[in-house]
Amino acid sequence: MSLLDQDRIFTNVYGFQPWNLAAAKKRGDWDGTKKLLALGPDEIVEQIKASGLRGRGGAGFPTGMKWSFMPKAPTPERPSYLVINADESEPGSCKDREIIRHDPHKLIEGALVAGFAMRARAAYIYIRGEYIAEARTLFAAVQEAYDAGLIGKNACKSGYDFDVFVHRGAGAYICGEETAMLESLEGKKGQPRLKPPFPAGAGLYGCPTTVNNVESIAVAPTILRRGAPWFKSFGREGNAGTKLFQISGHVEKPCVVEEAMSIPFRELIEKHCGGIRGGWDNLLAVIPGGSSVPLVPAAEIMDAPMDFDGLKALGSGLGTAAVIVMDKSTDIVRAISRLSYFYKHESCGQCTPCREGTGWMWRVMERMRTGDADISEIDTLFDVTKQVEGHTICALGDAAAWPIQGLIRHFRPEMERRIHAAKGGQFAEAAE
Amino acid sequence: MPKVTVDGTEIDVPAGATVLQACELAGKEIPRFCYHERLSIAGNCRMCLVEVKPGPPKPQASCALPAAEGQIIATNSPMVKKAREGVMEFLLINHPLDCPICDQGGECDLQDQSVAYGRGASRYPENKRAVTEKYMGPIVKTVMTRCIQCTRCVRFAEEVAGVEEIGAIGRGEMMQITTYLERAAQSELSGNVVDLCPVGALTAKPYAFEARPWELTKTPGIDVMDALGTNIRIDSRGRAVLRALPRISEEVNEEWASDKTRWAVDGLLHRRLDKPFVRVKGKLQAASWEEAFGAVAKAAKAAGSSVAAIGGDLVDCETLYAARELVKALGGSALEGRQTGLAYDVSSLAAVNFNTGIANLERADVILLVGTNPRHEAAVLNTRIRKAVRKGGAKVFAIGPEIDLTYPVQWLGAELKTLTKLPKDVDEALTNAKRPVLIMGGLPLKFEGAHGAALALAAKYKLVRVLEDGTAWNGYNVLHFTCARSGGLLLGYAHDGGIKGLAATKPKLSFFLGADEVDYSLFADTFKVYLGHHGDAGAHAADVVLPAAAYTEKPGTYVNLEGRVQHSLRAVFPPGDAREDWTILRALSEVLGHTLPFDSYDELRAKMIADVPALGVNGVIDYGWNPPKLPAKPTETLTGYPIADFYLTNTICRASPTMQRCSAELVHGVRKFAEAAE
Repeated sequence: MSLLDQDRIFTNVYGFQPWNLAAAKKRGDWDGTKKLLALGPDEIVEQIKASGLRGRGGAGFPTGMKWSFMPKAPTPERPSYLVINADESEPGSCKDREIIRHDPHKLIEGALVAGFAMRARAAYIYIRGEYIAEARTLFAAVQEAYDAGLIGKNACKSGYDFDVFVHRGAGAYICGEETAMLESLEGKKGQPRLKPPFPAGAGLYGCPTTVNNVESIAVAPTILRRGAPWFKSFGREGNAGTKLFQISGHVEKPCVVEEAMSIPFRELIEKHCGGIRGGWDNLLAVIPGGSSVPLVPAAEIMDAPMDFDGLKALGSGLGTAAVIVMDKSTDIVRAISRLSYFYKHESCGQCTPCREGTGWMWRVMERMRTGDADISEIDTLFDVTKQVEGHTICALGDAAAWPIQGLIRHFRPEMERRIHAAKGGQFAEAAE
Repeated sequence: MPKVTVDGTEIDVPAGATVLQACELAGKEIPRFCYHERLSIAGNCRMCLVEVKPGPPKPQASCALPAAEGQIIATNSPMVKKAREGVMEFLLINHPLDCPICDQGGECDLQDQSVAYGRGASRYPENKRAVTEKYMGPIVKTVMTRCIQCTRCVRFAEEVAGVEEIGAIGRGEMMQITTYLERAAQSELSGNVVDLCPVGALTAKPYAFEARPWELTKTPGIDVMDALGTNIRIDSRGRAVLRALPRISEEVNEEWASDKTRWAVDGLLHRRLDKPFVRVKGKLQAASWEEAFGAVAKAAKAAGSSVAAIGGDLVDCETLYAARELVKALGGSALEGRQTGLAYDVSSLAAVNFNTGIANLERADVILLVGTNPRHEAAVLNTRIRKAVRKGGAKVFAIGPEIDLTYPVQWLGAELKTLTKLPKDVDEALTNAKRPVLIMGGLPLKFEGAHGAALALAAKYKLVRVLEDGTAWNGYNVLHFTCARSGGLLLGYAHDGGIKGLAATKPKLSFFLGADEVDYSLFADTFKVYLGHHGDAGAHAADVVLPAAAYTEKPGTYVNLEGRVQHSLRAVFPPGDAREDWTILRALSEVLGHTLPFDSYDELRAKMIADVPALGVNGVIDYGWNPPKLPAKPTETLTGYPIADFYLTNTICRASPTMQRCSAELVHGVRKFAEAAE
């Protein structure tokens, strides 16, 4: 059931081999890229659609469909652009880092293939500011590709001109939001734009743009080489393919590992992470998709399939597959409070509910941590998260609200216990 | 025309309308803070949320959502109500409860909307955020703790004023609005952000702690600071004008006003002439009206028909008309309003008029500026040019010394002879332009040949034409910058050879109607009667000073630079013994034995309109198009622009402490003023 070595896309994710072009070629990158391009843009999009690849950045939008929104005949005055989101700032996520560190040519080749498929003039790779060594690697890898004629004028001798630019961010989480990323690329303050217009209509410099995650782009050439049916053979219906899981927290061996989608949580942990620290009985909760998805308590997650739909059914989400495992030593309220601080710190401040709400939520969470609150404030807090969720320009408001909602949903007794304890074990005033 | 349903009512909305506009068309009030009709859409306050089907199951920002066929919009559903309450609560958690000491109180969107849409009580027990004040110049007072980050001011500065000097720094809760390096925004339109600010974060410095809006009497008036005729609302309490705000007028000023228009009004309380003066042994001495009139009568007797009238920059048509009739009754005919010595041809007023019209200017596609700095000569008009550039992609060429006009300009040098042989690209642009515009400033009119050369260009490039849609287009414009100019020219205040020509006729008695920019050395031998409201150059030179009313103190007719006839009402009474100008002239005429044939303002107006029917036009006067043939070989090189100090262009500004401070800080860069003021 689990993924065989020959089916891995990221064959150098552990960095046992060099990242450079020569080694990448040995691993099969840039092999017959010209032939892939010869398929033609429409065929590439069709194949990606057929493979069932869903965006790896968190939202899980079908990648092929996203590409197909791009104009079929861009003009020189209004070219199309591909923007690759390497601003991986979600707490828990570290897959793009591994790809860029150890397999940058997969990304660059993917950029060419995807860019060609959407008739883009150039790709901009927006890399997170804190990824300093990774950015160096990426700059060098792009230069290698240029020097080898793989990108640039007449890329891979296909007759197609395609440039790849690497742009370093300045360390703002919000710039990982696609429209804020475009603003930042244009040299403005990174604040999300209103949608509509969507980037496919008016994106970077007002031109049609597609923003894709690093992983979505990096898997594309391999899908084309091995065929859509191969990719689709992994995972459940609607959750096709392989995926980089990033397991952190209280497991014996935290790691980034490529696995088939829909792998049960227990199998993922047992096989790659050496189990939960202190055994399965010691598992408290899991945040299965990076900080912005609600946590799932141990009992519900243990045998759940790790994919978009399986986790959605648990009231959470796959997100970027950044699995944060927490055992019973965790102060769960403090953990979520820390996430609230993160969102308060990273809110761009543009729209009201997020600007004001994230600070409010964090302050209440801090008091919840010590129990210096009233029972009724738990309901108020939940209400505030509901007032933020769905009322903002971008999804950061939702992301700030969901962890708290998950906490209240699953750990309300713990929150109430602390409040009682702080009041000296006395039963707190009736909750009104 | 998409058809949408708003709260059960089906309506057709224009294509391209937003859901918010659709709701307004349906008569529904949508609360908002960041949305403003004349600024780009930011969508960040989230107050305008409504429920729209089909769509995601969450409320949508109606200001940013295009109305589409078949939408079902709910503006009063429980979801919408809750969303509004939520946003309101968020806005208020960090907003100080200092309404009792806030100048915005009574005209505050946040106050009004929290009453209408808020929850009534706060659930936020934590401390509120505080933000340090920012320095935004002599006009704008900041209390940034009150800011709700709607970014209207940022968008105004960037989009309308064209100074990218206001912005937001920091993020999340720490986001703050500030000016670049906390210097004053270098804009003559900065006062508009006070009106735009929906809360009390940006209020007016000169008006700080002065009054509450409900104490004020609001009178519609016309601004006299430039020739634009900005429509203003004069807010007064008792005998003092406390502020002037723009009125909405799509044809003239939209809803903007320059800082001078707004805050020169405190000059109305300083250096006023409040009693008559008569010069005795070289010294002006206070006198009664009888004594003053007696002195004039004595001079008039000696003068006979050698009488002249010189119109000032700020006077209304009624004053000019009454003075003209008095001069005529005494047998004279010498009239001049162009105080600084211009003597251009006025055989056709269309040749010295802003023919394109202010509103039409934003449709222009190629604009040639000749010796004009519209930023100073008509600040609000400059926003129209900027709009043409920003929205319509208009190309702007200019002849004159290089300055920052807030939009890209291709400078063609300062030599006026360029008019006779334009560079090839300019020639091409004008030839291919659909709606070409030439704007001639007042300065080049001074020089022989420039006027004719501009008119020659008008003929060469067919600036006067019929557009594809069948409407008439006249792209030939002269940009005057004094309020009384157009009215004065209509009333015949133009002498052969200008003011020098008039002085050469050696009038024995001259009436100076608020004329303070005249070179009085030309009039050494004449008996000078100054009729005006401020003790400035005119009063210093006069033999008799008759205290009159300023523009807020009398009803009046004004003609703006495009020939639009506008009326202003009286907001307050003139101070002391000062009287409305026409009543002084009427009373004087009786003393002189030539009683003018009107006893009331209405009679005067009726008489004036009978004499000059154009002044009775409701709207823009049609001057036709019959330009004179003039010499067209200019040789001068322009070395500067006529307005050296935007803030001190007339008697009222010069008497205004606020304008003095603006001049010191913004023109001369003196910051001492600023520190003392804080």
